[in-house]
Amino acid sequence: MIPRTLEKTVERAMRTFPAVLIIGPRQSGKTTLLRILATLSRPTSGLVRVAAYQLPQAEADLRNHLGLVSHQPLLYGDLTAEENLQFFSKLYSISEDRIREVLDIVGLVKRKDDLVRNFSRGMQQRLAIGRAILHNPQILLLDEPYTGLDQEAGEILDSLLLGNAREGRTVLMTSHNLVRAANLATRVDLLSRGRITASVPTSQLGSKDLIEFYREGLRGGGPV
Amino acid sequence: MRSYLRAVGAVIWKDFRAEWRNRENLSAMLVFALLVILIFNFALELDLQARASLSAGVLWTTFIFAGTIGLNRSLAVEKDRGCLDGLLLAPVDRSVIFFGKAIGNLAFMLLVEAIVLPVFNFLYGLNVFQPGFLGVVVLGSIGYAAVGTLLSTMVVQARTRDILLPILLFPLTLPVVIAAVKASQGFFQNLPLGEFSVWINLLVAYDLIFIAVAFMVFDYVLED
Repeated sequence: MIPRTLEKTVERAMRTFPAVLIIGPRQSGKTTLLRILATLSRPTSGLVRVAAYQLPQAEADLRNHLGLVSHQPLLYGDLTAEENLQFFSKLYSISEDRIREVLDIVGLVKRKDDLVRNFSRGMQQRLAIGRAILHNPQILLLDEPYTGLDQEAGEILDSLLLGNAREGRTVLMTSHNLVRAANLATRVDLLSRGRITASVPTSQLGSKDLIEFYREGLRGGGPV
Repeated sequence: MRSYLRAVGAVIWKDFRAEWRNRENLSAMLVFALLVILIFNFALELDLQARASLSAGVLWTTFIFAGTIGLNRSLAVEKDRGCLDGLLLAPVDRSVIFFGKAIGNLAFMLLVEAIVLPVFNFLYGLNVFQPGFLGVVVLGSIGYAAVGTLLSTMVVQARTRDILLPILLFPLTLPVVIAAVKASQGFFQNLPLGEFSVWINLLVAYDLIFIAVAFMVFDYVLED
């Protein structure tokens, strides 16, 4: 069982580096970390503060500014793509115009009336990205966002993340696709047994260095 | 308050929309309820007096078991594709989810009851179209849907949720079932209201108490 304690380094990293890639072996706590930040889980000990929001007190306020792309699409198979976004727009009190805008961003305008259960994994993931950005969140949490994505969806996600970085929004993601994700990130953090054991700006890493950094970090010899 | 009601409405709209497409929940509940009513009708060859005293039990057993099928499916749908996380990410009070799901479950129960009651009237020869009796049906269903929604949310994470729900639900809803059966018997036997009004009062009290309890504890029930 991973101790669900957040390290202050995460908050510091997010403040200084708007696009942080979290890497680590299986069971290192990547998903747990994202779930805690997304207010879906509560830590067993320690304090959690995201931006100015102290959790769990300010959970509902923080959720206004959070978007999450998870392993699962978090979508209803028996609703169409548009109906799914309509449903979430009502929960977030967002106008209908934004739905068309988001469908356009994720390239699903032509399939908006199709049931999500008939979508391919890549299309579902595209719509999941649309759901996550529907309310223009300031913080985007992505848990293995490239898993199952087709080429087009991968490019959409890349451009979305680059756009987010340009607009100064915070992106925190986990990925096993180290090279691709690191290209979009400004910082890479290594998580091991629930703790950040190494942290380095991507500007200091080439693709070979990145893999070496990962291996070194796992052995406990990486830069901290 | 307006956005709260809008969010509750969105959850109900979503459940109805999905049910309209697949009709899995309603058809399972309805077929089950009609079969039970038919089986009891042929199994118990009763005279008129015995019918008036026993049929209320048959009717409520049918409603309770059919309702459990609906409750099990209602939250399982949210869990299966990670949709519950999608709901939890929304910046709304979590009681919105409880009221949305509970009202949806209640509406499905009432729909099934509206179809079963005329069949029951035909087979058992008892007058079910009395405003007082219909009020008892609504009150009993409210209590059952409220407690059932709370408990089905509790067990939704469990692998054995299909078995766990009835084991937890039936003992807890015993007061509502007994009160509903006694009050229904009173109407079927044309007793003076004063003789069984205590059971109707119990139903009202049970509904109010359990709606309040569910409202207060639902956030903790959802905690991961």
